[in-house]
Amino acid sequence: MASAILLQQAIALAGRFPALAGVDLAVDEGELILLSGSNGAGKTSLLRLCAGLLEIHSGRASVLGHDLRRERRAIRSRVGYLAHSSHLYDDLTVEENVRFAARAGRVGLHTVEPALERLGLAGRLRTLPLSRCSAGQRRRASLAALLVRQPELWLLDEPHAGLDADGRDLLDGLLVELRAHGATLVVASHEPERVWPLGARWLVMAGGRLRPAASGAPAGGGLSASGAASATGSEPARGFGLVARGAAATRGEPVHVA
Amino acid sequence: MWRDAILVAQKDLRVELRSRVATNQVVPFALVVLVLFAFALDPSTGLLRQAAPGLYWVAVCFAAVLATQRSFSLEPGGDALRCSGLDAAGVFLGKAIAVALQLALLQAVLTAGVVVLYGVSLRGGIILLGAGLATTVGLAASGVLYGLLTGGIQVRETLLPLLLLPVLAPVLLSATRVWSAALAGTPSFADPWLSLLAVFAAVYTAAGIVAFPALMEVS
Repeated sequence: MASAILLQQAIALAGRFPALAGVDLAVDEGELILLSGSNGAGKTSLLRLCAGLLEIHSGRASVLGHDLRRERRAIRSRVGYLAHSSHLYDDLTVEENVRFAARAGRVGLHTVEPALERLGLAGRLRTLPLSRCSAGQRRRASLAALLVRQPELWLLDEPHAGLDADGRDLLDGLLVELRAHGATLVVASHEPERVWPLGARWLVMAGGRLRPAASGAPAGGGLSASGAASATGSEPARGFGLVARGAAATRGEPVHVA
Repeated sequence: MWRDAILVAQKDLRVELRSRVATNQVVPFALVVLVLFAFALDPSTGLLRQAAPGLYWVAVCFAAVLATQRSFSLEPGGDALRCSGLDAAGVFLGKAIAVALQLALLQAVLTAGVVVLYGVSLRGGIILLGAGLATTVGLAASGVLYGLLTGGIQVRETLLPLLLLPVLAPVLLSATRVWSAALAGTPSFADPWLSLLAVFAAVYTAAGIVAFPALMEVS
């Protein structure tokens, strides 16, 4: 299986400080990676490096076949990066923001409606200016703006932050669906008990370096009923009719996310 | 590039229409500057009429700095523009188009302002329009370029005027000379200054298209 991410002794600087101090990482296409670690450990820097937003200082790195030294801009159109802060416009409505993301990402507007529905934004919320949305609603709008672009690699920084219980279950279900259809996901989280049961490979970041997590499930592990149902595939998730551009799609097989 | 430019311009103008910062703050600010000049100089309209071209363009330059700051402050920040997938040159052109359209509206209001407040009678309409067009393009292009340069800096609000206003000195000088010549009924004196305005606009537009992609990476 091809590597979606391949880092060898990757070092990246934040100012003069090494935010990443020699990271080795190989992520296969379609894999789900759970990234945990204390604040300042380098999780966000690693995600930004993989998104082509942070320059690599030394070492080797490629993402989706693009060399991070030479083709950082080319990576961005194929990657969906959910940052701590929203990348949306306060004065535009939720729907306008998602439409803008679709047009900027050069995908058809037909993806907008399913994405809004999938993230629970299809009702009155769609007409609400983002400035009047709660933190959780903003988070869901940000996810919808990523979803319309159908990225092959999802880099999610604390995606559960600000979401209520329903929103968290909805997100877990989305992660499972995306993975099932070939997308590669890297999720940085302080809540490993939510992401690990989805079938993630768990890595811990400390001092700008990566190491595998100690064996065993995280304390308090387990999903809520709906999340677990989606995670195990025992119950088909709600349809949103988007075509994923994951591993299967890149093999030339259009895949409908169920 | 042009597709993204139109997309960005539409988005910026939509945000401005919603927030009404341009209509409720930038335009009134420029009008207040005109009024304050009138108070500061003399109530006699003779002196005001003579100084009107310079005062008009100073007000436009101040408002251009505000419009440029606003163009970047409405962005969500962080890596939003870089993550958007938009062509960087398209982002530059789109932002410049949006700022230019706002400046064109502002100039229409300020032109009425100098007529009413300073008693200026407009002559040489085509030359005035030409100066307005070239100056607007130059102000928007240079403003957006310097706006991005200061975009990642926390003291942008104070640094941008410091960097931009000296750069705009040739525009201010040329536009003032063109207006003075047109209003005095000696349009032939305006030609070299109009050419300078056109060169300034072309140079900064080209520089923005070429440099914006690299600047977006470091800002």
